[in-house]
Amino acid sequence: MRLKELVKKIRSKNAGPFLLTIDIFCSNKKTFETIIQKITKLEISKLYKIPKKQIEIFPIEDLFIVKITIPRPNIQGSSKDRDLHGASFGIILEELKIK
Amino acid sequence: MNIKVLVPTGALGITYCKKALERGLKEKPNIIVVDGGSTDSGPAYLGKGKSKYSRSSTKSEWKTLMVAREQLKIPLLIGSAGTCGTDKTVDWFLEITKELAKELNQNIKITLLKCSQSKKNINKAFLSKNLSPLNNAPKISSKKIINCTNIVGLAGVEQITEAINTKADIIICGRSTDASLIASLPIMKGVDKAIAWHAGKIGECGAFCTTNPRSGVILISFKKNGFFIKPVSNNTKVTPYTVSAHMVYENSNPFTLIEPGGHLDVKKAIYERQKDGSVYVTGANWVKDNNYKIKLEGTYVEGYQSISIVLIRDETYVKNIKKWSKQVENKVKKIVESSLSLKKKNYKIQFRFVGKNATLGSLERKKVKPNEIGVLVVVTAKKQYECEEISKILNPLLLHHSLFKNTELPTFSFPLSPPSFNIGKKYAFCLNHVISVKNPMDIFKLEKYSI
Repeated sequence: MRLKELVKKIRSKNAGPFLLTIDIFCSNKKTFETIIQKITKLEISKLYKIPKKQIEIFPIEDLFIVKITIPRPNIQGSSKDRDLHGASFGIILEELKIK
Repeated sequence: MNIKVLVPTGALGITYCKKALERGLKEKPNIIVVDGGSTDSGPAYLGKGKSKYSRSSTKSEWKTLMVAREQLKIPLLIGSAGTCGTDKTVDWFLEITKELAKELNQNIKITLLKCSQSKKNINKAFLSKNLSPLNNAPKISSKKIINCTNIVGLAGVEQITEAINTKADIIICGRSTDASLIASLPIMKGVDKAIAWHAGKIGECGAFCTTNPRSGVILISFKKNGFFIKPVSNNTKVTPYTVSAHMVYENSNPFTLIEPGGHLDVKKAIYERQKDGSVYVTGANWVKDNNYKIKLEGTYVEGYQSISIVLIRDETYVKNIKKWSKQVENKVKKIVESSLSLKKKNYKIQFRFVGKNATLGSLERKKVKPNEIGVLVVVTAKKQYECEEISKILNPLLLHHSLFKNTELPTFSFPLSPPSFNIGKKYAFCLNHVISVKNPMDIFKLEKYSI
């Protein structure tokens, strides 16, 4: 199964020009706990090619949301950037196959 | 105590529901507050000192709010005027306001809060170690600061309070934090700081904290130690979930919000559904900084750019697109070196394959067999002339480059004429720093006008 079939929504946004924030919205506690277990800093590090120590993961238990904040792969709007609003970075997680 | 703040939309320029606004006005708010900007649309606006939104839509939306203000005789406040909130865009917004005052036959007092920063002063602060980097800030130098096209400081509650205190009818603020726009008047009236800041964050995008984000309008009512979020549009609800989930929105940390003068901690916040359909929020904590700090945003010119777009539909070329573009690139580089005498390190050519990996680049994991590929070629160099020359050298190759020797030349599809375009200056963000000041108004200015 891919992650997008398991959760309600995955949203990626700029958190200012230098950080990217990805929110995984889960429907229930069970899914929320699965996400916390599967989506580790190591996994994010591999998917986004970013050192583990630069990754922050915030589980928000009251809302069943997992927030992941990483440095932007390229500074927003710089000549290497391809996605000004950071809109599509969540798709990498959506299409991740999980067991 | 009952202070009411009406937020008509998350950003002036993206339209809002006028019927909902009328309904909101019936609640007799104490102030109308609207945000006019963000960095979220990229560095070009701050770079140029220009608004993202059209002048005509800005004027038409502002007109409705000016009429509403005149009816209720309450202050009308806009923050981050003209997207980037430079002095130039604040003046642009003042010009629109003056035109409307004349058209509407209104006599008004206007106060401007100006947030543009002198490069000299910021460099002085840098040299005296008065600038500190925020999370993931780029490295800066005196040269980088002096080369900035624009630098703005983000105003907070202290500066906006000074502006409101001038008793103006309309307050046009340069770059300000979103939350401070909503938080300022309630704090002036004695609402607990944590409550006001928390409401500021929740209400920053208007109806984004409701079930119907498009409606735009929300009303926030303040008690001393709590606030109510009330939807004003038809078919719109707020729930503890929609309200509290907005803390997560475009925020790097869902529990903490760093603002001028301190930070907000919402770990212990409580969101309660009320009988009248509103949500009541309490329990946040405001932690004051020992040193007053102001966040800076700055842009510089990274270079110039030109782009070309060619469409590849031939199966063989679609399949071998990487090889094809590499060959084109190598050929171009040779010609550029010999005819333009430009060294490789002084320009960049990027090939982005629309339909294959243009969005995610090297992070793309999906292997696809596209039917066609749009090749977007981005040239970046130090001068526009160089970009234009390189694009023109590229052109015959994009049109005819063959993967095979001794065959008739292929021809590819240009969707537009001319096939390449000059983008002009390529701006980039270069500051993610805070400056320490003794007095919050040290690096901001107020200007007053009567019409």
